[in-house]
Amino acid sequence: MAAVSLTVNGKPVTTDVDPRTLLVQLLREELRLTGTHVGCDTSQCGACVVHVNGKAVKSCTVLALQLEGAQVLTIEGLAPTDGPLHPMQEAFRENHGLQCGYCTPGMIMTAVDIVRRKGHELDDRTIREELEGNICRCTGYHNIVKAIAAGARAMQAGAASQAAE
Amino acid sequence: MCATGIGAAVRRKEDHRFITGKGHYTDDINQPGQAYAYFVRSPHAHATIKSIEAKEAARMPGVLGVLTGAELAADKIGNLICGWMIHSKDGSPMKMAPHPALASGKACFVGDPVAVVIAATLAQARDAAEKVKVDYAVLPAVTDPAQAQKSGVPQIHEVAPNNTIYQWHLGDAKAVESAFTSAKHVTKLDLVNNRLVPNAMEPRVAIGDYDTGSGTFTLWNTSQNPHVARLVIAAFVGMAPEHKLRVIAPDVGGGFGSKIFIYPEEVVALWAAKRVGRPVKWTAERSESFLCDAHGRDHVTHAEMAFDAEGRIVALRAKTVANLGAYMSTFSSAVPTYLYATLLSGQYEIPQIYCEVDAVYTNTGPVDAYRGAGRPEATFVVERLVEVGAREMGQDPAELRRKNFVKEFPHQTPVIMNYDTGDYNASLKRALEIADYKGFGRRKRESARNGKLRGVGFSTYIEACGIAPSAAVGSLGAGVGLWESAEVRVNPTGSVEVLTGCHAHGQGHETTFAQLVSDRLGIPIDNVSIIHGDTDKVQFGMGTYGSRSGAVGMSALVKALDKVEAKAKKVAAHMLEAAEGDIEFKDGKFSVAGTDKSAAWGEVALNAYIAHKFSGQELEPGLKEGAFYDPTNFTFPAGCHICEVEIDPETGNTEIAAWTAVDDFGVVVNPMIVEGQVHGGVAQGVGQALYEGAVYDKDGQLVTGSLLDYCMPRADHLPALNVATTVTKCPSNPLGIKGCGEAGAIAAPAAVINAITDAIGTEAIAMPATPQAVWAALKKAGRSLPHAA
Ligand code: FES
Ligand code: FES
Repeated sequence: MAAVSLTVNGKPVTTDVDPRTLLVQLLREELRLTGTHVGCDTSQCGACVVHVNGKAVKSCTVLALQLEGAQVLTIEGLAPTDGPLHPMQEAFRENHGLQCGYCTPGMIMTAVDIVRRKGHELDDRTIREELEGNICRCTGYHNIVKAIAAGARAMQAGAASQAAE
Repeated sequence: MCATGIGAAVRRKEDHRFITGKGHYTDDINQPGQAYAYFVRSPHAHATIKSIEAKEAARMPGVLGVLTGAELAADKIGNLICGWMIHSKDGSPMKMAPHPALASGKACFVGDPVAVVIAATLAQARDAAEKVKVDYAVLPAVTDPAQAQKSGVPQIHEVAPNNTIYQWHLGDAKAVESAFTSAKHVTKLDLVNNRLVPNAMEPRVAIGDYDTGSGTFTLWNTSQNPHVARLVIAAFVGMAPEHKLRVIAPDVGGGFGSKIFIYPEEVVALWAAKRVGRPVKWTAERSESFLCDAHGRDHVTHAEMAFDAEGRIVALRAKTVANLGAYMSTFSSAVPTYLYATLLSGQYEIPQIYCEVDAVYTNTGPVDAYRGAGRPEATFVVERLVEVGAREMGQDPAELRRKNFVKEFPHQTPVIMNYDTGDYNASLKRALEIADYKGFGRRKRESARNGKLRGVGFSTYIEACGIAPSAAVGSLGAGVGLWESAEVRVNPTGSVEVLTGCHAHGQGHETTFAQLVSDRLGIPIDNVSIIHGDTDKVQFGMGTYGSRSGAVGMSALVKALDKVEAKAKKVAAHMLEAAEGDIEFKDGKFSVAGTDKSAAWGEVALNAYIAHKFSGQELEPGLKEGAFYDPTNFTFPAGCHICEVEIDPETGNTEIAAWTAVDDFGVVVNPMIVEGQVHGGVAQGVGQALYEGAVYDKDGQLVTGSLLDYCMPRADHLPALNVATTVTKCPSNPLGIKGCGEAGAIAAPAAVINAITDAIGTEAIAMPATPQAVWAALKKAGRSLPHAA
């Protein structure tokens, strides 16, 4: 066992882990943040995507011990518990960007990262290419693409209105 | 229609928990004291198990038990079964080999579980599993269905000589023969319907628990039909009496058929929990999903279609070998028979059809229903034949279809089905407009100028859904009835809980079922909850598959709501001191005809429970009604999908340039959800046509055993989709619903392959039509670069 200290959804966490523990295991089993899912064993599906220090990371592919001092954000921390949804979450619901919901947390966390890197005006092609690492078996992606384009614009509008306040 | 009623694109009630990471999937559940199961699986496709040495593993840290088929047999745990009896042409019953939850004596496919380690942690179970020494005598394997019946190939099960499970047929062979003899033109095709891995994104999970105090088992599992799982595990596996087994299937992350079936791991989790005295959890790794989830399709078919001088179809015949894998999965026998051959009439008037199907064992994972189940295979046969027939006879493929469409209803096909209603021309016409079929020639020339080959392909498919009338399926061999149940519980405050025997794993029942209640009772949709997936809460139900939840499940709900309304009217009559016959119910209000006396829904609900107004009288207190609905016919969704492709002859890469889908699903409850179902179905069908294929090598190793090797369609593989509907109301159920869940997967493969073959000018291409396959087909056909015309 080895100790690791990190911040998860704004809360400091210090815990002892078996050195082979993956970030996703720490999140799901130890912290009971079960919104982050596991869909594969080859780093292909993206169901496990979280943000580490602001960037999208497949949490099945990082050891918990590599995250000493890191800031981790999961789907549970994207919006305040009793506050409004994040614009990207809202866009997925509004555009029916999910069916079974299993890929959804990873999709939303990836989508927010796409916006960070590619901006708020995203065309179809860009979104589809950027979703390379996320698999959805239910939706055929059509509505996920629509949701991300809408979510990206809503994030800009949100940022603008916050700036105006 | 109210804003949240039938026909409204209501946003889904279930989404909030999914987009906030608060879904409750089976793997999210942990039980106090829970131990973990890790399976030792056969690395060989076919091998005698000479011995299993587990002593060292049993001494490893944290290990609570190492169990094998010997203990399973000693505890008299029964075999898994296939629940649909098929008889061969000669009248003999299908040859169902024993399928123990842990292999006994012999392993029959790579991944066959031979032992299980139960330990305090998953890591400990996995470490100990490596120490289990299994001594195998490897036997030669057979994996190709086309080879399975040949002499000299390895025999897998003693009960099934020549690896043949059944040799079944349907139709009038003689009449078909004579129709072919007098035909003007015959189109012949050899087709392989490629084997697919369902790959729901949530891997399967089973948590077993045994309560020694009450003698009750609980199973949490990823099931599309928890009651059916309970029935099979109780009545056939013999784990516990049915009332001592509770099955809970919470949020399930996609099924597509693969989570209908009862699997060994569920049996083992329950049995092991009792053995070690702790709850036992098993979560599949994706590699296990690849090996052990029931696969789909895997047909080898020779098919012929006969036309008269006017291009009218006069007969169709097909001979299919269907690979069922190493063991017969729960509904495997029905898929290549009654879900396949009965749809070979397509949307066409075909006077004579004859189909022969041999089902075979091979040393591969079990094969069973996968989205569409039999109907995609049938559609592929019919729609390829029609398209190729049109090309061979020099006719326009749309025109040839139109000429042969069934135009009068009801229509009895020669293969059992009685089509109740439809307007195939309407969906074709609409699709031709949306796809701008007229402009195809121009687009083709444009592509050619860019050095690309353009093709267009049709698929005017039909499916039999709303599965299914119990008497009909019973007469065909089903071991179950396929009705559905619903219970409506009205609370004293007027809010409503619906318990449905259906199960949602992406379909959005919590919204659509609530829309029906909201519409009918005139109450806000937020005052309705839909409960499913727990055998302790919900009355027996058959679950969700075969596009049945709307047509069958919601019909049961309509019946229950009828009863609720009737009872509520009685309560209202007492409250309003009027005759029951004078009570009218509309928009959530009970009123006395011809007066201004009325009572709101909530007041009536409350009065039903306080019973002050009718205490001591014949009327019982309370407002809760249940109903079972058994459909009187299948439903027949149908439509037209048009695919346009552009192929780069240099690389063989196919790009889908446009997709048009016009479907007739009958009455649509929520167009947003229905469109989503079409999108997902088309994606899986395009996946089959272009990307996906489960490949076993000759030794029975699954060479496409991970998401790195098996190509799942990703966002940049797929186009935006143009989806529309036409409507003919289904006459056999109260809401007029036909079902929409499988249409895309059924229609799409033929549309894609018809488009590709149109573009490359040769019919010789197999699915998946990868760039390599297309490039090779082009080379073989001697096609060079297109010339701008
Ligand atoms: S679970 Fe991390 S990529 Fe699949
Ligand atoms: S919504 Fe089911 S996998 Fe994406």
